[in-house]
Amino acid sequence: MPVTTSGSRSILICSGKGGVGKTTLTANLGIALARQGMRTAVLDADFGLRNLDLLLGLENRIVYTAQEVLSGNCRLDQALVKHKLEPNLALLPAGNPRMLEWLKPEDMQTIVGLLRESFDIVLIDCPAGIEDGFKNAAGAAEEAIVITTPEVSAVRDADRVIGLLNTRGIKPIQLVLNRVRPKMMANQEMLAVDDVTDILALPLLGLVLEDEQVIVSTNRGEPLTLNGSNSPAAQAYNNIARRVCGEDVPLIDPAKVRRGLRAKLGRLMQTKIF
Amino acid sequence: MTLRDFINKLLGRQPASATTAKQRLQLVLAHDRSDLNPELLEQMRREILEVVSRYVEIDLEEGDVSLETEDRVTALVANLPIRRTKPLPVHESNPDGDVHGEADPVWTASQA
Repeated sequence: MPVTTSGSRSILICSGKGGVGKTTLTANLGIALARQGMRTAVLDADFGLRNLDLLLGLENRIVYTAQEVLSGNCRLDQALVKHKLEPNLALLPAGNPRMLEWLKPEDMQTIVGLLRESFDIVLIDCPAGIEDGFKNAAGAAEEAIVITTPEVSAVRDADRVIGLLNTRGIKPIQLVLNRVRPKMMANQEMLAVDDVTDILALPLLGLVLEDEQVIVSTNRGEPLTLNGSNSPAAQAYNNIARRVCGEDVPLIDPAKVRRGLRAKLGRLMQTKIF
Repeated sequence: MTLRDFINKLLGRQPASATTAKQRLQLVLAHDRSDLNPELLEQMRREILEVVSRYVEIDLEEGDVSLETEDRVTALVANLPIRRTKPLPVHESNPDGDVHGEADPVWTASQA
């Protein structure tokens, strides 16, 4: 049984920069949490460019969206799309992009408030950027997971987002470092894990290695955590879910993923001499 | 500096790109976080140098006023090598006696 904190939790998944893995994390973490017995709702807050339905393989089952719930045209349970293989997980699809014209932070708070009444955990898939879409989504969350990759542009944008989350009093804010390439890190041609955590000054919730299986799984609309995959990314998402539930799971060390003489030499070259 | 950086330096190679990335990020984030535009920062730098040089003779070539950041705290760091102290403070346009009264003892102290 999972270690649950009392009450329902709302967690924003955001990054600032687009394309770093917000939606993939939301889908995989949602499934992994549900498999641990948490009643989990995933909310697609990216009304402009929604994709969470596609990554979860639920795109053909959408009848109503957050829009109809807000306008009172349907009940929440009518809009929620339950996952057939993982009944603990439900998706509340994003409404029409035209919603952006009138949607306010209070509307998002209303939706998340409704979801929290019947779910243990609500994951909010935030749109990229720091404009209204971000503000609406952030206004409805108590905690946040910031996801970034070890690239200068992604880290810079993550820093902007963290600044905004801090001023809103959202906490804890935890970091997921995505698309880690151990070999490039060993050759010091990619920002080290410590570099990123030092710069952003956030606790690390998880490290996800670059993994081709992520693309394969999105092609199929079956998140890695759903099909029992043991690929590096699947392990990482499962570990993140366990940490979210309060379990103490050690982080992988990218330097130890690689074996052999070259890897040893790489580690030697990373030794800090002064 | 890591062993790789050291070897690169010995061989006259470029440092590993991760080192460059970190340095560039730290600089750009110090500016992002402070929300000061470069023009304002330059103006502030000039004024700081102006004020300091009223009291001591500083090495303008070596002097540097910049933003640094650590643990999400941004600091204004001024590194101003002093050539020598000036014999007397010059208060050009400050007829206010009170300020003079406060400033003078400080000067005698620093000259002593």
